Amino acid sequence: MADQTFEELYREWEEKTRQLLEKYPERKEQFSTLSGINVDRLYTRFSDVTEYMEKLGLPGEYPYTRGVRPTMYRSRLWTMRQYAGFGSAEETNKRFRYLLEQGQTGLSVAFDLPTQIGYDSDDPMAAGEVGKVGVAIDSLEDMERLLEGIPLDKVSTSMTINAPASILLAMYIAVGEKQGVPAEKLTGTIQNDILKEYIARGTYIFPPKPSMRLITDIFAYCAKNVPRWNTISISGYHIREAGSTAVQEVAFTLADGIAYVEAAIEAGLDVDSFAPRLSFFFNAHNHFLEEVAKFRAARRLWAKIMKERFKAKDPRSLQLRFHTQTGGSTLTAQQPDNNIVRVTLQALAAVLGGTQSLHTNARDEALALPTEESARIALRTQQIIAYESGVADFVDPLGGSYAIEALTDAVEEEAWKYIQTIDDLGGAVAAVEQGYMQEEIQAAAYKTQQAIESGEQIVVGVNRFRIENEEQPTLHRVDPALGKQQIERLQALRSRRNGEQVAERLAALKRAAEGKDNLMPYILDAVRSYATVGEICNALRDVFGEYQPQ
Amino acid sequence: MNRPIRVLVAKPGLDGHNRGALIIAQALRDEGMEVIYTGLRQSPAQIVATAIQEDVDVIGLSCLSGAHNELFPEVTRLLKEEGAEDIIVIGGGVIPEEDIPFLKQHGIREVFTSGTTTKETAEFITQAVMEREAQS
Repeated sequence: MADQTFEELYREWEEKTRQLLEKYPERKEQFSTLSGINVDRLYTRFSDVTEYMEKLGLPGEYPYTRGVRPTMYRSRLWTMRQYAGFGSAEETNKRFRYLLEQGQTGLSVAFDLPTQIGYDSDDPMAAGEVGKVGVAIDSLEDMERLLEGIPLDKVSTSMTINAPASILLAMYIAVGEKQGVPAEKLTGTIQNDILKEYIARGTYIFPPKPSMRLITDIFAYCAKNVPRWNTISISGYHIREAGSTAVQEVAFTLADGIAYVEAAIEAGLDVDSFAPRLSFFFNAHNHFLEEVAKFRAARRLWAKIMKERFKAKDPRSLQLRFHTQTGGSTLTAQQPDNNIVRVTLQALAAVLGGTQSLHTNARDEALALPTEESARIALRTQQIIAYESGVADFVDPLGGSYAIEALTDAVEEEAWKYIQTIDDLGGAVAAVEQGYMQEEIQAAAYKTQQAIESGEQIVVGVNRFRIENEEQPTLHRVDPALGKQQIERLQALRSRRNGEQVAERLAALKRAAEGKDNLMPYILDAVRSYATVGEICNALRDVFGEYQPQ
Repeated sequence: MNRPIRVLVAKPGLDGHNRGALIIAQALRDEGMEVIYTGLRQSPAQIVATAIQEDVDVIGLSCLSGAHNELFPEVTRLLKEEGAEDIIVIGGGVIPEEDIPFLKQHGIREVFTSGTTTKETAEFITQAVMEREAQS
């Protein structure tokens, strides 16, 4: 045996296995990941040192495949950040305080749809939606209630807000001022990723061009005034939820990232002035190994793009830092407790993939917003991974696994092909306008649905292992009276505030929107005078118009 | 009926989750139906106007934001007001079991929640349209 090369040994093994297969065939003719990457029977190849340094590098070093920090969770665990929000600002404030008491380490605000689309709670377009999928925020007054008793110099806050991101960030800054916390000490994230709204999530307001300006205005303003704020969270999460594959998730997210970097450079910003504050947001689905590989591939690909395409010099500009949320669309309404197990696997994939923060979904989210008990179990899931499983004591523990490295290469390669296609279409903005990503996602989503319906893809409790007459769990319900209360409160504020000042500041904002000034200071002024989200967005709608999808 | 069944797939309210609506639209097309998709952010009045203008047999409402109890009954109310209550209305999305009786009382013929196959939905539509044709 000693005189045989590894290749020869491998071929012998292959031959023996082939004979065995005649008697004991494998479960499938061909295995593949959810992205359609072939899964080989065995991964064995070693890479040499040059290849290792090129592809993996050491943790905290280019190309960051093994993580953005040399010690990862051995120094500091990921931030446990549960997305929450419903009903009124007071109710959500209560849930926030509960989650912080339970050991959560950062906040994540879910806003209702009217807030996200820039309608006040009394707008006819808001009918039925006030306080449903998140908290209703009409003015600075609501924001003050939402954050009451929460020290903004100690807690970092992520806000899932896109088209009106400048307004909600301005409100956060204004609450900080009232608490005596200067803007340069605030930490947190705004999602602020409009491209994926056009692609997959749907809460757009303005057309692409002015939307990109709002975003680059934020980059420039924060670089000077709110330097610790993550100015964008470039999101693959919703692209994946809409039905994309893991490869498409990486590709479309990074293509969007490229578009933001290009827009900011075009607006006259130096790449290293804003790129360190770019952050990302990915999904964690069920295909465990492909998911771990996906995070590693995304990191490597982004580092290369920033270095090679944009010539970024600051190492922080090259580091893809990301938040992860477990995959909502993988949760089943059937046998909902099984979702706890799905979430555990997905969360573990995110941790082994090196996430900076994590939201774990609650078991009942295929049915409604989570109850307090379900939200607690979801948080406990992270805590068990962090404190009991031991995985947090290792840096990139799956690095070097033949399968993981092969998958990381494959995801990167396939994602890169997509990015090149998008480059050829004229970049992400042009590709969105042509519906390219939307069509690719739709095709993948339909394929998945057909695979589930044919039974080729098994969903436990849905198309296999079902039980009849399941008992329905108790669900969280948003009080239907809430919409009316919120409207009354808003109208009371309108009659109480200095209307003249509001009108002046909205007019000033409009003039600025027609010109080229950075809009952040104008929005901040409007917010301080208690102008509402709807009023500010309407002022901008007058100038920018609204996005009309194809 | 010697023409294909016409279906309007609609997204009432502000909800942006359209994966289900798009899949249903494509699946019903594959079943030979003619499908019109409204796109996002349609008010109940817009949905009813489109349904009448397009002379559809069925409206499929999709909502995952929790606003179904407000928005779905408004569609059936407006259909009645327009004398178009012969249009069959079905719904789907994230809808708790306990809300389904309320929706049915308000004229939503069936509610398809997570885990339903597109085949089941297509069969229901075909059956319901056949029954309606037999009655008229």
